[in-house]
Amino acid sequence: MANAKAEKTAANANANPAEDDFSLRSLQEAHQDKPRFDASEEQMLDFYRQMLLIRRFEEKAGQLYGLGLIGGFCHLYIGQEAVAIGLQSALDNDRDSVITGYRDHGHMLAYGIDPKVIMAELTGRAAGISKGKGGSMHMFSTEHKFYGGHGIVGAQVALGGGLALAHQYNDDGGLCLAYFGDGAANQGQVYETMNMASLWNLPIVFVVENNQYAMGTAVNRSSAETEFYRRGTAFRIPGMDVNGMDVLEVRGAAEIAFDHVRQGGGPVLMECNTYRYRGHSMSDPAKYRTREEVQGYRDTKDPIEAIKKTLMEKGKSEDDLKAIDKDIRKIVAEAADFAENSPEPEAAELYTDVLVGEY
Amino acid sequence: MSDVADKQQGAKSRKGTKDADGDRRLNMIEAINDALDIMLERDPDVIIMGEDVGYFGGVFRATAHLQEKHGKTRVFDTPISECGIIGVAVGMGAYGLRPVPEIQFADYIYPGLDQLISEAARLRYRSAAEYIAPLTVRSPFGGGIFGGQTHSQSPESIFTHVAGLKTVIPSTPHDAKGLLIAAIEDNDPVIFFEPKRIYNGPFSGYYDRPVQSWAKHADSVVPEGYYRIPLGKARTVREGTQMTVLAYGTMVHVAEAVAREKNIDAEILDLRTLVPLDIKAVEKSVEKTGKCMIVHEATRTSGFGAELSALVQERCFYHLEAPIERVTGFDTPYPHSLEWAYFPGPIRIGEAMDKLLEG
Repeated sequence: MANAKAEKTAANANANPAEDDFSLRSLQEAHQDKPRFDASEEQMLDFYRQMLLIRRFEEKAGQLYGLGLIGGFCHLYIGQEAVAIGLQSALDNDRDSVITGYRDHGHMLAYGIDPKVIMAELTGRAAGISKGKGGSMHMFSTEHKFYGGHGIVGAQVALGGGLALAHQYNDDGGLCLAYFGDGAANQGQVYETMNMASLWNLPIVFVVENNQYAMGTAVNRSSAETEFYRRGTAFRIPGMDVNGMDVLEVRGAAEIAFDHVRQGGGPVLMECNTYRYRGHSMSDPAKYRTREEVQGYRDTKDPIEAIKKTLMEKGKSEDDLKAIDKDIRKIVAEAADFAENSPEPEAAELYTDVLVGEY
Repeated sequence: MSDVADKQQGAKSRKGTKDADGDRRLNMIEAINDALDIMLERDPDVIIMGEDVGYFGGVFRATAHLQEKHGKTRVFDTPISECGIIGVAVGMGAYGLRPVPEIQFADYIYPGLDQLISEAARLRYRSAAEYIAPLTVRSPFGGGIFGGQTHSQSPESIFTHVAGLKTVIPSTPHDAKGLLIAAIEDNDPVIFFEPKRIYNGPFSGYYDRPVQSWAKHADSVVPEGYYRIPLGKARTVREGTQMTVLAYGTMVHVAEAVAREKNIDAEILDLRTLVPLDIKAVEKSVEKTGKCMIVHEATRTSGFGAELSALVQERCFYHLEAPIERVTGFDTPYPHSLEWAYFPGPIRIGEAMDKLLEG
């Protein structure tokens, strides 16, 4: 077992629960002692580049949606970029798995997956990463151990528990990063999974991306406990309260959480407080919040502006950073062209991949 | 329920008996246990999980001694969290394991429908075959044991209605073993419903007669070792010329007993798997007999009999000499005190056979 140090696994769940070497606050304390990751200038540039790619990609996706090239549902990640980049930059991509909900474009891009095949999935083309059969909410990559992309709110969390159990069973040293939102945090199966994860000491980091609104319902209108990181307490899962608008803070928290899991410490519940600038989906008029609130986040807490400022303080010029933006805009424009001009799937694809067996 | 469960456990964990010819005879519980044992032995990716399946050996003893033999990482207990159990199993399957979760009663499967329908059945399609969900959900189903409305249901048509799932229902110990092995090896998600009324013996439908034992039934001869029965192949229980009877699970035995007692030359097909359905066998038989009767224990409206009836009408219309007969449970919750009024027993089946012969 990967967690030989800890005696709890699915195999011996009845180990004495009374022995208590466990502190629900230890990780949060470690995080508070050193909230930010010491990034090199090169790493910071990478974070900047990756976050900017997500933002420009999403802006383009919004435009394509407006033009009718993307149909159905499309949930943009703008404003939340620091969460995916801060966390996923700390993963060991040879071992670790990731699963998330429907707002998944950013998590795919964080792997460095070609934006073309992601955009083509959004437009439902055969060249899309899931042959156009998944769409915006359902994208997958076996190569990167990315398990989707799930449209049912909260359902991916239980799958994450299974991925973590498989890591433990295979003793492959990997962990599962399972994202969900503040809305999904009120689904019962999330807590069934937390119970099992803690009972069996599974290598999983539960991440609540708290963007403050479950569609149009503010967290305090739907949640009795709005400090989501505390919700693991009932299952003896340590929580972490993280500023999800600061990529260095997210990355710092990721280091602490992943280290805890890899040492056999069992699951962690991390809340990343963040904010989405756009509506829940493209059809959301956002009447549940004020313009001033959104503008306040954009003006004072934007994760990309923040790292840009740090980079400039370290001597990068405005022109250096503009050049990066220009490159990214080009990549995104090419992705959009590709997505617009590739063919739709053949009609015969309707009946493929339903069942493995033919009958 | 506990009385019935205790009674079933009273059958204890025999390893079967040898008959005068030296054949090994097993009841259905033992045959299922044998299949699980063999698959645990053959494939290290097979994992058995569920409520009470480990230490306790299963409420009906289907997993008795498997944890002792194969260890706690292979066979383990879960919390009472059906949605979580199935969700975790889907994640495990996506990662490459081959989980066999038990849902203690089919009546308890409903909290897991979110996972079965939105995740297990659909994962392959929306990921364009990148990920599969090769889990086999075993669950005792059906009535005739005085279980009342929450321990007697036959919800198979809920699952046959979902593209991406397979539904298997054995009617004999021999088939239970071979079909379960095939289901576990199958790369699609399989719902494996075990008719609990016939766990310990075939059932004629005459509840007031002494309980029969499997030992005298030809299909209780269960060979040692590995064998599989392919999914999608019906079994001709008996050949006949006067009518075709389509049945599965417990009702195969009831229909057979009625035909025998009334001396009707009925051809009885045990469908074994509802999806995939052996439609060729159905067509061939109905074309021969010209008459078709469908028997199931589930409620009538939108039951699987409705699908069978539509298929036979579409495909065999010009061979039909009488309207198709359906004998099913009534459109009520499964009753407690009026169980035998609900159960499509020998009287109703006999009357329908008479009507079909007159028609």
